Amino acid sequence: MNTLKGYPVGLIENFDLYAPKLVDREEYFSPGHRACQGCGEALAIRLMCKALGKDTVIVNATGCMEVISSMYPTTAWKLPWIHVAFPNAAAVASGVDAALKALHRKGRIPDRYVKTVAIGGDGGTVDIGLQALSGAMERGHDMLYVCFDNEAYMNTGIQRSSATPFGASTTTAPAGVASMGNKTWKKNVPEIMVAHNIPYVATACQSYPLDFMNKVQKARAIKGPSYIHCLSVCPTGWRCPSEACIKMGRLAVETGVFPLYEVENGKYRMTVSMPEKLRPIQDYMKHQGRFRHLTPDQIKIFQERTNLEYKKLLNKIEHSKSWAEMSAE
Amino acid sequence: MANKKWPENWQDVTPGCIVSEPGSASQYHTGDWRAQKPIWDNTKCIKCGVCYIFCPEGCIIEKEDGFFEADLDYCKGCGICAHECWPLAIKMVEEG
Amino acid sequence: MGKRKGMEIALAAAEAAALCRPDVIAAYPITPNTHIPEHLSDIVAEGRLDAEFICVESEHSALSACMGASGAGARVFTATSSQGLLYMAEIMAIASSMRLPVVMALGNRALSGPLNIWNDHSDIMSQRDTGWISLFASHGQEVIDMMIQAFRIAEDRDVMLPVNVNLDGFQLTHVVEVMNFPLQEEVDAFLPVYKPYASLHPDHPCSMGTLGLPEIFSEATRAREAAIVNSRKTILKVWDEWEKRFGRRYEPIESYKMEGAEFAVLTMGSMGETAEVAIDALREKGVPVGLLKLKLWRPFPYEDLKKAVKGVKSLIVMDRAVSFGGPGGPVASEIRSALYDEPSRPDLTNYIFGLGGRDVTVEDFIAMIDKVRLADKKRPKEHYEFYGVRGE
Repeated sequence: MNTLKGYPVGLIENFDLYAPKLVDREEYFSPGHRACQGCGEALAIRLMCKALGKDTVIVNATGCMEVISSMYPTTAWKLPWIHVAFPNAAAVASGVDAALKALHRKGRIPDRYVKTVAIGGDGGTVDIGLQALSGAMERGHDMLYVCFDNEAYMNTGIQRSSATPFGASTTTAPAGVASMGNKTWKKNVPEIMVAHNIPYVATACQSYPLDFMNKVQKARAIKGPSYIHCLSVCPTGWRCPSEACIKMGRLAVETGVFPLYEVENGKYRMTVSMPEKLRPIQDYMKHQGRFRHLTPDQIKIFQERTNLEYKKLLNKIEHSKSWAEMSAE
Repeated sequence: MANKKWPENWQDVTPGCIVSEPGSASQYHTGDWRAQKPIWDNTKCIKCGVCYIFCPEGCIIEKEDGFFEADLDYCKGCGICAHECWPLAIKMVEEG
Repeated sequence: MGKRKGMEIALAAAEAAALCRPDVIAAYPITPNTHIPEHLSDIVAEGRLDAEFICVESEHSALSACMGASGAGARVFTATSSQGLLYMAEIMAIASSMRLPVVMALGNRALSGPLNIWNDHSDIMSQRDTGWISLFASHGQEVIDMMIQAFRIAEDRDVMLPVNVNLDGFQLTHVVEVMNFPLQEEVDAFLPVYKPYASLHPDHPCSMGTLGLPEIFSEATRAREAAIVNSRKTILKVWDEWEKRFGRRYEPIESYKMEGAEFAVLTMGSMGETAEVAIDALREKGVPVGLLKLKLWRPFPYEDLKKAVKGVKSLIVMDRAVSFGGPGGPVASEIRSALYDEPSRPDLTNYIFGLGGRDVTVEDFIAMIDKVRLADKKRPKEHYEFYGVRGE
């Protein structure tokens, strides 16, 4: 049962064993929320809130997290929280940021920095929410946007999104005799965010809690736009056992499917060191029912494309320079 | 949803359905959902806190002696803590 | 008291909004309403108004940003028309359900298609059920006054609802009038600093926009309906105070030359001004006709309507929009329904005209009134008729 067995790479270099004892014990996301057992996204939210602290306003798009946490007349949130609609988390957050700025300037709220954080699933971010996200990032609002990517429209029943990986079976792009499931490659939204020239973009995963929390704190400290794309394992939608939630995230990283990196002012850096040789993607796929139907040929295509995307990333990590460095040249 | 208390009348609904009680979701005990529960073997536990950090419910509490236990009012029995425990100190045991 | 100035009404609307010291303005340009956000951004750039002007990338984001800002406790303002209003339609209902006091200037413009940038009421009529308080201005002074009143009404603790102020696109937005602008001190005395019922701040965390299961949705909706119906009390109180402070009187339905009127014309928006001239001309000839100018559209002014049409034999309702396949133009079908149970009620004729910016003249009004007035009583009545459509 223990994930340590059979791993070529020890966990210690990426995970300080006793570090959880140093994490703030305050819980800002109370138990009693209605997430599925073993929900990676709920865990990610809990970790994110710990890293943000209490001087935060959360703007939530419609989705799993909004629905399971805010069933009137109760709420799991101990932070100020607002939900408006599905495509507009970034737009609502733009308004919150502007209001806090104006009210602070006019002395109508206490003189203390309060961070605006917008959160949404892959549905509310990479598809229907992309316009608002792009607008907010382009305008340079002081806000952090965290996308909790469980790779499909999970809340409405596991429908395909543009973040759904190649070959995954979803309810609107199901596997069948005439179809292999999702035919397209995952949309690279972190790259889109880098193209908006914002100071900080990162990928994260709830299976690497300290890496994720460090990134959240780094982003929180930036007085400008920042974006974190957090892979959130969904045992229900990915069709794996609930206890394998953390393991799936690790496998996603170690197979190169979802490397964890950050882009700080244009400079790419891997934040969780990768194995010398990537694990084969079968290691990742074999545990998940959504990939069960794939043929060896299709897996080969996935493997080759994963290798290519990983190479692209390594290339950027090796050759990218920070903007400050480039201006000084 | 037996624990839910709905406002008696429409006049009692808060404006805009605002909820002013932070963390009030804890009135609902999700512990009713589970089919298995985690049991700690403190002879094996190394008090690392990994179970605490990986619980999606945030219901694993560190006791005074430094060992951990799950708040059974909320534990959904997902098994993540048992699966992630390094020294295999947690076992999932059938409920009932 | 106040300053008399001549300017384009859209610019005046912006000046009036600026007098109310909004904290956040998020608006997207759309003809014919564009001059309102443009002028506001000028006012902010000139340093005359301390506000955050967000150049949002769409109308949906405009109203969304306003909601976020209002939730955080700021006074907010936006403006749009037609297609822009439809793009933010999803958020319209949410804004009123979340009881956030957003104020919106609506430059009424026809809904596509075909694409048409000129005036009619189809845009606001498509949103009448969203739970916003709706005011209709018929000339520049009313635009200024209603814009300032809107903030006061919206933010009142007994109301806490969004308000839209309707001004006809081009017919009002692009028309130059001489108007009286209240002084900043006068507006400050009338409109205090916004103190929200609840706001997004870590010192008092709350959750806004929660999930409502079937067990609660009916009650929540009933509460919303009660809020807008009860807002009438506050609206009348605010209008009383306005009259005391600024000397201009507002009523849900303004009567013009209704003494002894057998025929009455009901208008909304700028067409009322044209109708006044027609009524004057007909009264000269001794025709017992009067004019009702409806200023408060939502909450619907039942009591004022019943009082206004007492003794009237024939009511002619002007609609500047169509309810396709419906029982008449939007305004007429609501008026008909409001009067249905009255023991005695006037005959109702519904004219649909002035669509997509089609000009309506004094002669048109006289012709429409005469058609009703001189009609053969045995003529079969249509539920509604189009006026001024070639081939009709």
